[in-house]
Amino acid sequence: MNNGATHPNITLEPDGSAVRFTRPLSLSASQDLRGYLVSHAGRGLLFLITFLSVVAVLLIFAFVVVEAAPFFFGGSFAEAFARVRQFLASNNWYPQREHDPQFGALAIIVGSLYVTACSLALAVPVGVLAAVFLSDIAPFGARQVCKPVIEILAAIPSVAYGVFAVMVVAPWMQRRFGFDTGANALNASLILAVMALPTIISVAEDALSAIGRKTREASYALGATRAETIIKVVIPTAHSGIIAAVILGMMRAIGETMVVWMASGNAARIPSPWWDLSQSIRTMTATIAGELGEVPKGTDHYHVLFAIGVLLLVFTFTLNLCSEYFMAKVKKQAQGG
Amino acid sequence: MKTQKSDFTIVVVCTVILAAGAVVMASDKLQIDGSTTVGPIADAFTEAFRATHPNIAITVSKTGSGDGAAALVDNRCDIAMMSRFMKESEFKRAVENGVLPVAHVIAMDGVCVVLHPSNPIQEMTTEQVRGIYAGRITNWSQVGGVNRPIVVISRDTSSGTYESFNEMVMNKEKMADHVEYVNSNPQAHARVRSTEGAIGYVGIGFLDRYVKPVKLDGVTPSRSTIARGIFPVSRPLFLFTNGYPKLGSPAHAFVTFHLTEQGQEIIESKGFVPLTEY
Repeated sequence: MNNGATHPNITLEPDGSAVRFTRPLSLSASQDLRGYLVSHAGRGLLFLITFLSVVAVLLIFAFVVVEAAPFFFGGSFAEAFARVRQFLASNNWYPQREHDPQFGALAIIVGSLYVTACSLALAVPVGVLAAVFLSDIAPFGARQVCKPVIEILAAIPSVAYGVFAVMVVAPWMQRRFGFDTGANALNASLILAVMALPTIISVAEDALSAIGRKTREASYALGATRAETIIKVVIPTAHSGIIAAVILGMMRAIGETMVVWMASGNAARIPSPWWDLSQSIRTMTATIAGELGEVPKGTDHYHVLFAIGVLLLVFTFTLNLCSEYFMAKVKKQAQGG
Repeated sequence: MKTQKSDFTIVVVCTVILAAGAVVMASDKLQIDGSTTVGPIADAFTEAFRATHPNIAITVSKTGSGDGAAALVDNRCDIAMMSRFMKESEFKRAVENGVLPVAHVIAMDGVCVVLHPSNPIQEMTTEQVRGIYAGRITNWSQVGGVNRPIVVISRDTSSGTYESFNEMVMNKEKMADHVEYVNSNPQAHARVRSTEGAIGYVGIGFLDRYVKPVKLDGVTPSRSTIARGIFPVSRPLFLFTNGYPKLGSPAHAFVTFHLTEQGQEIIESKGFVPLTEY
């Protein structure tokens, strides 16, 4: 026991070769009652804490579904069917009207997918290339500086991005491109792309780094240049991780609320022609954020907002499953599988 | 010895808590519910009351005029804030519940239609503004301006300003689907200020030289025209109580606070128009 740094239950032999345990590793309750109780109490506490967060997720899910249920299932089957059909197929979103409110959410659903797709089109090439640079090309020092700086992007509150979008990007777009309105799909997509970048870069960079030196050196040994190695070996090998990165970025973009609420203009219609990014659009998250605050509880409008929430949950849940699948593949790969 | 000491501490703490509770119970409570438009005024009044009436505990919750009326009807609040008069149905239910709503007008609210300063248009009719928001008019040339598409900016549908505009200008007509929504008066101001073809609407307190208010139906929006009720988009803001509050009670002091100089300053600072004119 002269070596103070080791565990009290373990003694090292003077020559350092053999290890002798002074107490048995696993104790029964009769041998060490206090240790037994502490270990079980600790285990129980940790289980309870983990269990609580799982229950919280389930309760949120249940709450949203229960509040949306009257919209999907209320009244006769024909009524419910007509309602859901209008919800998914009509553009007329006039939920506030006292007589004949209309709950056509198609434009809103399309709006969400639209900005998500556009922001990914901007963020994925930049994010993946930045990840390649960081993992394969940047010198060690540059990487040590760049990674934390990029991660700061994720720490900026979204309302700050929103203010930037309204005060700086919107007037700039009007001056530079002659758009009629600066709060439009392009503005929202641009800011969402910046917000999705840190996720995409850091996950993709992890995946590329996990490829390991062996693979790269094997490629060099076959006479491939660095560029060939990166493009033909490293990126294809890391494709699962890169896909997972893209999906995580997508979740960030589709779930973001404050920025789209401020930057997208919130006009509930599908742009026509469809590629015209200078038009205002509205997303599902912005609709919920903007309208749920004042809507009287228990009204049709209230339930339809939760129906949008259910749809949003289904989207993110699916995306989450996909990303889990690809992340599992990355882990297998990293273990040499 | 140790346990005795901690027992003593517990006793002391309990006594203090009970005493504090007794003090809170002894003081007067005011529950104020209702309109998000009137809310900022009530908040500022509460703040001013804290200095002069430290023993009144006031809670302000902003849930909308309809909720305020419902809370008064159910006796869940002492004062209901409303940006409209009570509906007949609400009045009827109140009387059935033994509640007699009394209205106190505390300020006037005016919604001004604003344009980008470069827009040559000086005057519009309410009908034209309604046409623009409903989507029947989409280019400034249709109302005598330059050939430029109109960017229509509205407040979000859950705001009090939207409600005022929807009732007083739109007559609850549907807004077109290309109308953009912003979530605060400053943001509406910022968007109109930076967009040449924009039309928007803000409370009178948000007018400055960066946006141009238009004359509506020949009336210039100003504190005086709104206070006198001749500006087409103006309305009174109400506090409702159950019966006229007992003279000298906290509720009485609250619903008459707008008559004091401090009350008028608060109303003006929140972008509304006091009823009195000096």
